[in-house]
Amino acid sequence: MPVKTEEMILNMGPQHPSTHGVLRLELLLEGEIIKGVKPHIGYLHRCFEKHAEAMTYPQVIPYVDRLDYLSSMYNEFGYVTAVEKLLGIEVPQRVEYIRVIMGELQRIASHLVAIGTYGADLGAFTPFLFAFRDREKILSLFEITCGARLLYNYIWIGGLSHDLHPDFVRLAREFIPYFRPKIKEMNDLLSYNKIFVERTANVGILPPETAINFGVSGPNLRGSGLKWDLRRNDPYSVYDKFDFNIPVGEGRMGTVGDCWDRYFVRILEMEESLKIIEQALDQLPEGDVTSAIPKRVKPPIGQVYARVENPRGELGYFIISDGSVNPFRVKVRAPSFISLSVMDELCRGHMIADVIAILGSIDIVLGEIDR
Amino acid sequence: MIYDFLLKLTGSEIAAGFIQSLLPLFVFILPFALIAVLLERKVSAHMQDRLGPMRVGYHGIFQTVADILKLMQKEDIVTDNSDKALFNIAPVLVFTGSYAAFAAIPFSGAFIGSNIDLGLFFIVAVSGLVVAGILMAGWASNNKYTLLGAMRSAAQVISYEIPTILVIITIVMITGTLNLYTLSELQTGHFWNWMIFGGPSTGLIKVAFIPFMIIGFVIIYISTLAEVNRTPFDIPEAESELVSGYHTEYSGMKFAMFFLAEYANMFAVSAIVAAVFFGGYQSPFGYLGNSLGISWFIPIEQFFWFTFKGIFFVLVQMWLRWTLPRLRVDQLMALCWKYLIPIAFVNLLIVGLITVF
Repeated sequence: MPVKTEEMILNMGPQHPSTHGVLRLELLLEGEIIKGVKPHIGYLHRCFEKHAEAMTYPQVIPYVDRLDYLSSMYNEFGYVTAVEKLLGIEVPQRVEYIRVIMGELQRIASHLVAIGTYGADLGAFTPFLFAFRDREKILSLFEITCGARLLYNYIWIGGLSHDLHPDFVRLAREFIPYFRPKIKEMNDLLSYNKIFVERTANVGILPPETAINFGVSGPNLRGSGLKWDLRRNDPYSVYDKFDFNIPVGEGRMGTVGDCWDRYFVRILEMEESLKIIEQALDQLPEGDVTSAIPKRVKPPIGQVYARVENPRGELGYFIISDGSVNPFRVKVRAPSFISLSVMDELCRGHMIADVIAILGSIDIVLGEIDR
Repeated sequence: MIYDFLLKLTGSEIAAGFIQSLLPLFVFILPFALIAVLLERKVSAHMQDRLGPMRVGYHGIFQTVADILKLMQKEDIVTDNSDKALFNIAPVLVFTGSYAAFAAIPFSGAFIGSNIDLGLFFIVAVSGLVVAGILMAGWASNNKYTLLGAMRSAAQVISYEIPTILVIITIVMITGTLNLYTLSELQTGHFWNWMIFGGPSTGLIKVAFIPFMIIGFVIIYISTLAEVNRTPFDIPEAESELVSGYHTEYSGMKFAMFFLAEYANMFAVSAIVAAVFFGGYQSPFGYLGNSLGISWFIPIEQFFWFTFKGIFFVLVQMWLRWTLPRLRVDQLMALCWKYLIPIAFVNLLIVGLITVF
């Protein structure tokens, strides 16, 4: 007599230690093998886009901070780029350089969280705390700059809320030689660890075609071996003045586009960010950071789409102006949201433990997905 | 022997046996668990640039006491749809399994719970109870996560018992005894008499044994790590996948039972490794009591050395836990069946051949 088998549905989340926030995954299982993954989102929905319509343009900035709370600086960067494009204003060079420095520091901080939590997801708890130790240093730099450690409201339309603290340049320069050896430490402790490689190599392979079809961007796309980085391919701000590489996944431990590649691209990107910060600190011009801030932001009727490369990929803002002080529509193209949509594709045929490895490797932030 | 002393004191065999059976619990396991939990937190904290518990007492030394007080006050939650009877028995069974193992472990020349001839066999057998307890806990909780955890755990513990037993057989072939007390007595003298250095045999054979003994030690250490579900084999309670595996639904003192069993188990397996390969309670350099001529001091020294060796291996377990990531369940099985068991078999064969010649 044949044994009757049936598929089991397992709810992972919203209260689960490694769903990185309040994500619920509905797993269709056959034993421990995944047959399908259905992400359920919306537990962190805060009506950002609707709220923005009732706000003046500068008032939206603190809300933007709260989208992807691990890369607040970059969210502001993207938003002000869009509004400035709409207004057609030029910002002083010093402002652009400071934005780049902050953005890249934020990228390192965000990648540290991604790498650290990834280690914790796979059972290595120590790298997690090492990553947070180093992130603290960056947060301290942000703190002396604008007083906040997580949600900054620092980058304003046309300028910045404050100039740099007198000590900032010195401290940032000290941070670079401090941090370089820590990347190596992370590699020794986690990246090349046999067990870690076993868990991540050849798991959750994202072929470049699938990545493009879904619209995946950022480290996840580069992990699949595509050299696509908006800082280079569609330069904004002053990124065309720096010399840096775009690391891509090479399949060193397994297949191109596996979890290890996506993870390692982030490690390499931290190194590149350090290079950019170093150059930006050297070239940092003098000037006034508040001179171009408009007294009243009232863009002409029109619409604009501006995109920046935030730590998770292409962060785009589509803004429609009806000529009033409030935006008519603010639409966010959230990279995490798009990365999450490939989960089903990546997880099929793997085991439950791999869902954690895959989810960690695409590095989502629920604040941005649910908005 | 402690038993004779107790017999004289109480005048009744039953009372003496009863007291003796409780001794390891109150003299050893409970204080050890208190210290080990704190130690684990402190070790992990210092490995991770943290301080760990600092508030309760000097550098947090009473933290575990406070934790236990908290656990005792907690509500004992039994979920509605759980199988109440199994749910309540499971923690007891798990603890019984790990506690019973202590019966055959010789703490020192003067104190062994029960000097049975099949000591090692008994320990391996009685540890099997733990699996039953874990399965019960996972099933009775009526929760998919606990069930998955329990299934993984049962598969893991049973698989890893095989390499452990194979290594133990290797030792038994050389020494000809399963009695841990005799085994420890065989390794008396200096540290080169320990099994890891070829044991009591002499000459060329002793040298020939050494590499195979080291292989055996590595295998048994890895397998015992898996048997007590410690990282990198903590898959049954993989917190990032299964919340906390089979004991997810437990709270209060029942949870504490699982916790206590885990720490008791950690020491039990370390003690077995120490007893089999590292001379058990034997001092590596000879005894102070002998040179001073105080014979009653020797058992105390032996107790010290035994605890020292046990805690050393527990510390290694902690060190591994806070360094390594976790294997996946199929990789874990592959490691056991594809690597450890074949190597252990070959090891067994070679040692057998050496013993014959």
